[in-house]
Amino acid sequence: MKPLVSWLRFIWTTLTSMRTALILLLILGIAAMPGSLLPQRPTNPVGVADYLRAHPDYGPWLDRLDLFDVFGSAWFAAIYLLLFISLIGCILPRTAGYLREVRALPSPAPGRLSRLPGHTAAVLEGTDAATVLDAAEAHLRSQRYRVRREDDSISAERGYLRETGNLVFHICLVAMLIGLAWGSLFQFKGTAIVVEGQAFSNTLTQYDDFGAGAAFSASHLEPFTVRLDSFDVRFETGPVQTGAARDFNAHVSVSRPGESETTGSLQVNAPLQLGGDQVSLLGHGYAPVVTVKDGNGEVAFSGPVVFLPQDSNFRSDGVIKAPDARPERLAFQGVFLPTAVSGGASGMVSAFPDALSPELLLNAWSGPPKQETGAPENVYALDKTGLTQLMSEDGNPVSVALTPGTGYKLPAGLGSITFDGWKRWVKLQVSNTPGGWLVLGSVMLAVLGMAFSLTVKPRRLFVRVSGPGAAGARGDAGSSPADSTPDDSGVGIAVSVAGLDRVDGRGGLAEAVAALASACGIGATLTPTEDEEKR
Amino acid sequence: MIAYYSNLAMVTSAVLYLLAMTLHAAEWASARTAAVAEPELAVVGAGAPSEAPAPPASQRPTPNPRTEALGRTGLAITMIAAATHVTGVVLRGVAAERAPWGNMYEFITTSLAIAVIVYLVLALKFGMRWLGLPVTLLLTIGQGLAVTVFYVAVSDLMPALHSVWFVIHIIAAATSGAAFNIGAIAAILYLIRSRAEERGGLRGYLSRIPSAETLDRVSYRFHAFAFPLWTFTIAAGAIWAQYAWGRFWGWDPKETWSLVTWIIYAVYLHARATAGWKGRRAAIVAVVGVISFWFNFIGVNLLVSGLHSYAGI
Ligand code: HEM
Repeated sequence: MKPLVSWLRFIWTTLTSMRTALILLLILGIAAMPGSLLPQRPTNPVGVADYLRAHPDYGPWLDRLDLFDVFGSAWFAAIYLLLFISLIGCILPRTAGYLREVRALPSPAPGRLSRLPGHTAAVLEGTDAATVLDAAEAHLRSQRYRVRREDDSISAERGYLRETGNLVFHICLVAMLIGLAWGSLFQFKGTAIVVEGQAFSNTLTQYDDFGAGAAFSASHLEPFTVRLDSFDVRFETGPVQTGAARDFNAHVSVSRPGESETTGSLQVNAPLQLGGDQVSLLGHGYAPVVTVKDGNGEVAFSGPVVFLPQDSNFRSDGVIKAPDARPERLAFQGVFLPTAVSGGASGMVSAFPDALSPELLLNAWSGPPKQETGAPENVYALDKTGLTQLMSEDGNPVSVALTPGTGYKLPAGLGSITFDGWKRWVKLQVSNTPGGWLVLGSVMLAVLGMAFSLTVKPRRLFVRVSGPGAAGARGDAGSSPADSTPDDSGVGIAVSVAGLDRVDGRGGLAEAVAALASACGIGATLTPTEDEEKR
Repeated sequence: MIAYYSNLAMVTSAVLYLLAMTLHAAEWASARTAAVAEPELAVVGAGAPSEAPAPPASQRPTPNPRTEALGRTGLAITMIAAATHVTGVVLRGVAAERAPWGNMYEFITTSLAIAVIVYLVLALKFGMRWLGLPVTLLLTIGQGLAVTVFYVAVSDLMPALHSVWFVIHIIAAATSGAAFNIGAIAAILYLIRSRAEERGGLRGYLSRIPSAETLDRVSYRFHAFAFPLWTFTIAAGAIWAQYAWGRFWGWDPKETWSLVTWIIYAVYLHARATAGWKGRRAAIVAVVGVISFWFNFIGVNLLVSGLHSYAGI
């Protein structure tokens, strides 16, 4: 049993030493680096897949080491948990020591002040110890020192706020980590694409993708419905950064149970706050509105189809499916160009992100009707099994370019498609990270604490008197060769003043000692400043 | 038109910084050739403020009048350059009708303007002209890169930048960046000077900068100022990210490298308080910190996105 206890104690003291904390902190920093240099699965799954394909040799090894999900990996968690424990182990004893120190008086002045930096001494006549010490005490109190007065000496200390700030800072770090842990347990985040005129209800089935922490349950979703009434965009038309986004504004109507519908506007830096959930505007794009008629002349599909932007000028790809068309089901693969211009060899391209002269380019497929399987289908990709591409009379694949209001009759009487117009869609993100304000509050408080711990100068100053009137005089002031005691027969009292800075990296000690010395009545005869410099 | 004058001012300041740097280099060169002077003539240290105590008189060479003149001219030209530079930044803001921190070009020029103002205050009020050579070197390179590589013409902001947090976040980042850079310069000088002190034989340039101990203290002060501000910068960025993207923290490369930089500086501050890590090792950590700062700024903006596109092939 004994060895186990001493082992545990050894581990604990090692773990909570500042050196270990430093090393853990460094390791945390180094561990974060691959997470920024390699594609990460939560944010960039496509990048990870591409990387694995490009590096079949060592890619899988990186994957086994969780290097494509560094921030969700067990070893990253291990590092910060160890740091967390180390931090707490650091703070507890320090807080106890601090509370003890704040309640106690400063420790008594050392016997020999002449060894301390900034030491000054003189023999004063026509005064007595009490007067000198009174003057010193008054001076020190006016400088907001805490003073310990003895018969023949004063010990004063100031700068407790440094340690206060330091502890506040470290405690806030712990609070911040608790906030982060809480947040990651209960947090959720999901996105959904909403076309103008359509609505999003906050239920799990309406999300396109969704991720949540371990403690999340669907009942945490705030019940609300957001309808996108219209979406305004403005792009740079000037010569500089032409086409860059300048202004987005989504006009929405929000309804919540038991409340009447309200209208509002959703902008990039102005999310909607609905209960605890925040709705942000993440992106936008185009949805061409088409009508597909089948070979029997019936409408097989009608409405907007979401196309996904492929470049900064919003050349967008999408798929139009009409599985109910008869006798043959129909499907189209399309490219939407908001501002279509001829791009030379590369065919038609989009020259500007706004819809100035939109065009819809289409290929068409048909096939025998398919059994409904109910299996979910990717709406942005065309599964071509069982489909054949339609050919025009000249033997080339059908390739049509439509402008709004125009249509195309498919060969062999299979039906037709018309390009009625277009709408915009927005990508909404709904998220809720509880604990966020605990995190930010503690960071702000930590900054404040840090400012104190880095700027407050803890300093101790001492005065010692000896000679007639100084009870229990230990004769320190006169004992050092550096002191200028004129002769022992004098009736004066020897006064010795010195100071000590508890942290290095700060000047001004000599000045503080000099001020104290002159308050004691010593003419400003400093020992040379080299005294301080040599320290 | 205003934008044109802004560009003109920026380019002029870059050229002037180059000139000032040349003068400071000549100053050091002439100090190097000047023999170490007889101690009794050395009086430079008198009157130096306590912030930057002069090395003991015996180590200081006589101020060779030519050296002195070169140094003064260098400082004077830096002042003119700084005035031009600040004018350039202000005109940029006027031309854009917003705070001039919307892109890398504007960020660098603003950050360097803060750095040069800080340096001038130090040089004129605290006698720290010895920072002249490294600071003008930094300014020449930084301002030179800004007007050549990073330049973009005036334009409106991206929608994501329409926020008060934009102003708060960027000004905090630019200010802490300036302080980290000056702190790193002092740390580098500390490394050079402390090595020379150990070997003995302080000559030329090295005999004209303050003692290693002072350099260490100056470096610490800049870091102690910059670190809380940097923490605040990250926190402000997180608040902004919450508004703009619906999450405080998403481990994107910029956020990750800000944290890495923060950690390195936290280690620096702790290292200074830990026996055995004082001095040399702490100074090296400070230099690593500023490298990380620059990588976060230039590397993450240009290189990591490049890595991404490489990975996306
Ligand atoms: C996580 C990031 C951390 C940061 C940013 C941080 C920051 C700081 C700062 C700025 C100081 C004041 C340094 C000075 O000038 O004296 C300090 C002091 C200190 N820190 Fe931390 N700290 C961190 C983590 C830790 C941890 C995990 C521990 C404990 C294991 C720790 C233990 C200490 C101690 C003991 C001091 C006092 C050193 C002294 O002043 O003598 N710190 N810290």
